[in-house]
Amino acid sequence: MRVDPAALAAIAAMGLATYVTRIAGYWLVRRFTLSGRISAGLQAVPGAILIALIAPAAFATGLAESGAAAAALLIAMLRWPMLVAIIASAAAAAGIRAFI
Amino acid sequence: MTGNASLIQASQLTARAQLLAGAGQALPVVAGVAIFGTVWGALAVQAGLSPLEVALMSGLVFSGAAQFVAIELWSSPVAVGTIAFASLLVGLRHVLMGASIEPVLRSVRPRHAYLALFFMVDEAWAMSLRRAGQGKFGIQFYIGLCGLLYLSWLTTTVAGALLGGLVADPARYGFDVVFTAVFVVLIVGLWQGKRDIAPWAASAVAAIACHRWVPGNWYIFAGGAAGLLTAVLLWSPLPPQSTESAGSDAG
Repeated sequence: MRVDPAALAAIAAMGLATYVTRIAGYWLVRRFTLSGRISAGLQAVPGAILIALIAPAAFATGLAESGAAAAALLIAMLRWPMLVAIIASAAAAAGIRAFI
Repeated sequence: MTGNASLIQASQLTARAQLLAGAGQALPVVAGVAIFGTVWGALAVQAGLSPLEVALMSGLVFSGAAQFVAIELWSSPVAVGTIAFASLLVGLRHVLMGASIEPVLRSVRPRHAYLALFFMVDEAWAMSLRRAGQGKFGIQFYIGLCGLLYLSWLTTTVAGALLGGLVADPARYGFDVVFTAVFVVLIVGLWQGKRDIAPWAASAVAAIACHRWVPGNWYIFAGGAAGLLTAVLLWSPLPPQSTESAGSDAG
């Protein structure tokens, strides 16, 4: 099987760049002491990142995507297992698409 | 440090249980990974990568977002600098994620943490934070979780490369919403009370606006940064507003 040297270089550089982004935050937080204000900001990051990941699909793509997100939200609030939420979401999206 | 000692003891006692719990929580995500992995593998071969290069990239980069962007930019000859820079930009959200997972990794030696962080994908990061919030995190949980995600990404991307476009149209079966469902469930688990409303709303607005008007994957970073800034601006040094109410999780 072929591995092009330029492709290998690109893959290695991608791996390095991605790894640097993954360790940078951890390294920074260990190196510098954080104020209460900055800590409060960092505590908001997990939710904010997850919201950002889904917001365009959930609110601004289409009825099927919004319906899928709403189905998952309902299942999650009932505290049913994640697999149920996934199945309900996929069913909602497929169902809405079939009828529109 | 009795607290630390009891933590280590607890994790030793339940190493196997932690590993299985991590793998168990990865399972529902594996279904989504498998679909995106096969689709990406097939697209990568169309873009000019060999199956061996697909395996190398999945193994060394292990980032769906970076890899999708890379094959969009893939050309002959390969523009190494452009692709590496794109990976750096796409990965910026990891900086925020790595900062927020640092307290969770304090029970681990730094050199082990630096190894663990190589595998920090969105789902593993979010599920580890949730586990830590329940007071049950152990590094074996993270190993079980990431191990299964890594293996499934590696095998399904290579399978996609070898088999071609098996899943021609994932949207038709609703497969494309799997990750949305996973993230919605994780968000509900992160909810701690009214103080989350403002940062989350800011994130949603920033992400939607950025997704609409800025090309690429900047919206993820924009939302995270907007949430961080909002929380920083609203923070007030009033006496401990300790909303660490135990028992909010009924599960």
